[in-house]
Amino acid sequence: MSTPGQEKLQRCVSGALVRFAHEPGPLLEILHAVQNELGCVPAEAVPLIADGLNLSRAEVHGVVSFYHHFREHTPGRYVVQLCRAEACQSMNAHALEEFVRGRLRIGFGETTPDGRVSLEAVYCLGNCACAPSMMVNGELHGRVTPERIGELAREWGVPA
Amino acid sequence: MSTVTVYVPGDASAASVGADGVARALEIEAAKRGRGVRIVRNGSRGLYWLEPLVEVVTPVGRIAYGPVHAAQVPKLLDAGLLDGGPHELRLGDMAAHPWLSSQQRLTGERLGVVDPSSLDDYLAHGGYRGLEAALAMAPADIVRAVTESGLRGRGGAAFPTGIKWQTVLDQKVARKFIACNADEGDSGTFSDRMQMEGDPFSLLEGMTIAGIAVGATQGYIYLRVEYPHAARSLLRALQAARERGYLGVNLRGSGRDFDIAVRLGAGAYICGEETSMLESLEGRRGEVRVRPPLPAIKGLFGQPTVVNNVVTLATVPVVLARGAQFYKEFGMGRSRGTIPLQLAGNVRCGGLVERAFGLTVKELVYDYGGGSATGRPIRAVQIGGPLGAYLPAAEFDTPLDYEALAAKNALLGHGGVVVFDDRVDMARMARYALEFCAVESCGKCTPCRIGSARGVELVDRIIAGRTNGARNGARDIKQDINQDADLALLDELCDTMFNGSLCGLGGMTPFPVRSALKHFREDFQPSPGAHAPSSNAAAAAASVRVG
Repeated sequence: MSTPGQEKLQRCVSGALVRFAHEPGPLLEILHAVQNELGCVPAEAVPLIADGLNLSRAEVHGVVSFYHHFREHTPGRYVVQLCRAEACQSMNAHALEEFVRGRLRIGFGETTPDGRVSLEAVYCLGNCACAPSMMVNGELHGRVTPERIGELAREWGVPA
Repeated sequence: MSTVTVYVPGDASAASVGADGVARALEIEAAKRGRGVRIVRNGSRGLYWLEPLVEVVTPVGRIAYGPVHAAQVPKLLDAGLLDGGPHELRLGDMAAHPWLSSQQRLTGERLGVVDPSSLDDYLAHGGYRGLEAALAMAPADIVRAVTESGLRGRGGAAFPTGIKWQTVLDQKVARKFIACNADEGDSGTFSDRMQMEGDPFSLLEGMTIAGIAVGATQGYIYLRVEYPHAARSLLRALQAARERGYLGVNLRGSGRDFDIAVRLGAGAYICGEETSMLESLEGRRGEVRVRPPLPAIKGLFGQPTVVNNVVTLATVPVVLARGAQFYKEFGMGRSRGTIPLQLAGNVRCGGLVERAFGLTVKELVYDYGGGSATGRPIRAVQIGGPLGAYLPAAEFDTPLDYEALAAKNALLGHGGVVVFDDRVDMARMARYALEFCAVESCGKCTPCRIGSARGVELVDRIIAGRTNGARNGARDIKQDINQDADLALLDELCDTMFNGSLCGLGGMTPFPVRSALKHFREDFQPSPGAHAPSSNAAAAAASVRVG
């Protein structure tokens, strides 16, 4: 008997397969569709996708794990992607990074214990003339200052 | 009173500094005052220190105000913004702004000017004239025009576009592809993003011309997932182009078929390398392919494929509409036409500067950039992204063209220039280049996968060795000898990566590392006090408070 979680997963994967399996080279499209719906590509989705595309589990897992964008676990409600690339470094992204880690009390690749905020490193958001930059749930922020991070952290409900 | 048209950029960078809020505030405040406004979300003109830049259409033309913050909107409206009234933020006619009027915008001619969601606006500003011309030509003549224009790949490799097209045209097979590389991952670059957000139809037109020229019927845009604004802009444009018969079966009644799909990447820098991009488009790990065969002979799904960058393809309509000769007259030496340079990082006036090849670094950084954003002396620029060389201030007379930079062991790449002030620690930048390579390596070849990791360790040791003697003033001679040996080893490692890597990631990471070593040697050597961690951290903390 399948749990409600598994049912949702199966529905999501078969939906993505129906939409994209007929296209050439559809695996990334399917992984995007699954992650957009579930917030991640859970390990249990891998065999289902592999079956649907007549690939091995290893092939699908290899693709999921190759790309930084795909994650195996649900992230926090707010995904904070802080740019670490050169243009942001030239505007002191290092110090900003220290500030964010201190404010959120987590490092890159981690989620706050209450599941509110995940912190991720990214390498260039194409906002290099308005550095330093970060993206929060797909929304781009430029000329970011510690003060602005402080305001946002309050909005995210991070205890001071 | 009649409805006033107001332009508020929908560009991602403009949005990142508050343009969406400005647009909302304008709507609300205009309604309160009983004024009808039509807000157009245009692209950015590329003067980013002035964003959000609002332009109002008045009887005497478009009048600009910037940078506008949402909180200032009520007062701006009271001052008569909707009629072009005076205010301290009023900039007047942007076309006459010296930062823009001194540029030669060809590829980016319509950026910030047109409504990117409107095909009619595109047509009204000279759009699809290149395609019209191409449809009246034989495929070989289209390719010849592109070759004669001297256009070279703007993604970084600078390979002559026409020659690549000719190779694909020569392949006598039924299925060919156009693959647009929109995986703009280099730090300091954003011209692809601006083009896709601000003038998406120019890319679609360029790809359609490429398809007709080489006999391809399907195009793919491989777009990085970090660019959601560009994705929305492209999808809107694709739908409009299909509805109006500029894409699809029998486009414009020409008897030719061509369509385009957008495929999203997934946060892998290496997928900007053309063969790993093709692997990714096929739904696999983005590991580079061994060449030959060239993608032009055996590319996407094993078929002949034109792989070009966004700016390259968006420039093709200019060549076809205005002629190869027109385009070729811009530029210097073997670098023909214009190049959209992107000025970024620690610079006062950053943004997009499209000029004929030949502008010097000094002109770009000081005349356009106005010096550093922090007001401190500029110590270095990095040109061409994370795999590009660092140039010291003494080399700023170098012209920004492919050959002149190559002669300095540097490269133009995708045209991004990142400015650093005198607080930059070049040993840390060298370490970062190697760290980035380690993070982004696809893992297929050893020099890149292992070399980058060993390089990070080596630079860490060199950085640790810098403080030799810093505390007690007495230098340890043995430690100095070790430092020299480590520097020699780093150079040797760069040599291995340069010569032994399969693709540009491992092969070009030595550029930033070696240029840092060459021009900023002092940052790698023991110098008591100067690089003590405590003073660095204090400087960093102080500047963040200022910033």
